[in-house]
Amino acid sequence: MTIVEQPKASGTTGGAAPRGALDAAALRADFPILDQEVNGHRLVYLDSASTSQKPNVVIDAVSAYYREYNANVHRGIYTIGEKATAEYEGARARVARFINAPDSHEIVFTRNATEAINLVAYSWGRANIDRGDAIVLTEMEHHANLVPWQLLVQEKDGDLEFVPISDDGLLRLEVFEVLLHLKPKLVAFTHVSNTLGTINPVRQIADMAHAAGALVLVDGAQAVPHVPVDIEALGVDFYAFSGHKMLAPMGSGALWARRELLEAMPPFLAGGEMIREVHLRRSDWNDIPWKFEAGTPAVGDAIGLGVAADYLTALGMDAVRAHERELVAYALEALPRAVPDIAVYGPMDLDLRGGVIPFNLPDIHPHDVAQILDRYGIAVRAGHHCTMPLHERLDLAATARASFSVFSTNADIDALAAGLVEVERIFRG
Amino acid sequence: MDDLYRDYILEHYRRPHNFGVLDDATTSHEGSNPLCGDRITMQLGIRDGKVAEVAFTGRGCAISQASASLLTDEVKGMSVEAAAAYRADELLDLLGIDISPARLKCAMLSLETLDAALADLDASASPAAVAAEEPA
Ligand SMILES: Cc1ncc(COP(=O)(O)O)c(C=O)c1O
Repeated sequence: MTIVEQPKASGTTGGAAPRGALDAAALRADFPILDQEVNGHRLVYLDSASTSQKPNVVIDAVSAYYREYNANVHRGIYTIGEKATAEYEGARARVARFINAPDSHEIVFTRNATEAINLVAYSWGRANIDRGDAIVLTEMEHHANLVPWQLLVQEKDGDLEFVPISDDGLLRLEVFEVLLHLKPKLVAFTHVSNTLGTINPVRQIADMAHAAGALVLVDGAQAVPHVPVDIEALGVDFYAFSGHKMLAPMGSGALWARRELLEAMPPFLAGGEMIREVHLRRSDWNDIPWKFEAGTPAVGDAIGLGVAADYLTALGMDAVRAHERELVAYALEALPRAVPDIAVYGPMDLDLRGGVIPFNLPDIHPHDVAQILDRYGIAVRAGHHCTMPLHERLDLAATARASFSVFSTNADIDALAAGLVEVERIFRG
Repeated sequence: MDDLYRDYILEHYRRPHNFGVLDDATTSHEGSNPLCGDRITMQLGIRDGKVAEVAFTGRGCAISQASASLLTDEVKGMSVEAAAAYRADELLDLLGIDISPARLKCAMLSLETLDAALADLDASASPAAVAAEEPA
């Protein structure tokens, strides 16, 4: 049986870059979508925090599945069905390796981070949260790591508490310390903020939470594509992420959870695949992770996710992180030079910020900023980025946001800077 | 698409007409566009079945603010019925720019808020008040 080819990333082999460093300009050849003009300009994609673009190896792997061995998994006693199963389970192993999870059966495939968090809220949450129990979240959560917990505590009459942030977007751990006296059952927070870019000290927070008897869920949606993630080193209990933000297909994602937790948790969705034996009035559950994968999974997308994980590993997540850190440093210098009245939010310490630059120009709504930038082929996000409470905390109606990926370059930031000068010219007349 | 930020749109954005607060509003409503966080509060002073006064406050993009500015100019002095019957395509004509589907919500926020304010009026109107309007 042939297993999907190990992906090679052109950025690791290309000429000028020092060994181990990432040559983003060369890498761009791996991303076919970048080779186009939008409104007569080179596409400058600066919205990778929303969804990343996909390299050829991922697109080809998905296409190969549909062209060559499309079949359901865990069923067929025939060759292509067996290959589909092997590739699907192989993808699980690749994803486990990517985040250094000790056991690939601890990886549950989901559609995205949102579904992974909802899985925990429904399954673990409904079995473990009772009246009066507290769950600690933070003010910087994406709605995906907020609303599922709201529903849970509404149903169970529990409590939500929030770790506040400082004005520069860091969690106030001295307040967290105090909240832990409430003996929360769960502490759930984002590894990297999608709005401010803040990289939170996961290990430190997890240790504090565990010492107080809480379990720890981390929303890794903005971390897995941008910083090295080592599940064993992080010391958390649940880790949720989306594939589509880490160069993988839409509709792919995963939940990692410790084996004992997954084994003890009741099923989430029910139906085929998640059962061992079904009788008319009761059923026995399948082993993990399949207990949580009811119905026919998104096989091709999961295979694509495995390939994306290997692609990122080939680049080296340390190199990816170093590249994005340099981009942030460049942007924090280049943007204010071009438009001195720009306001940039989030931590200014480069060690604490991922590749996300939220900003505003005075008296110009971010929607208008994004609309005018689009004329120049520049794609940025404008709005509240699914963090309405965070925007409220910072007293902002909305922000514009530029975010980076492995293929982002200083030339992209120069284009953004020039675009912002145009925005100001149009608005200031 | 370059036409979106025409001078008169930007002019309405910088110096919106009817921007402010009424002391004696008969009805008011706050509308929001959850997608971008735009918010508009529309206030109406209804007298003799007419929109005698209208004002709005809020913050939002150039399109939503210009739309509110133009719409409030338009409905001032209209009968309540005419204001309630004001249509989306009329507002789009008034804006006179090509609105992409993504920005339609911005353009329509003012009209939706106006409609809601007028609906509040209906709900609170006593049967006597409605009857009094009928002969007109
Ligand atoms: C921090 C964070 N968490 C969760 C999500 C939700 O991801 P998805 O929509 O893929 O479920 C996102 C996506 O924007 C995110 O940035």
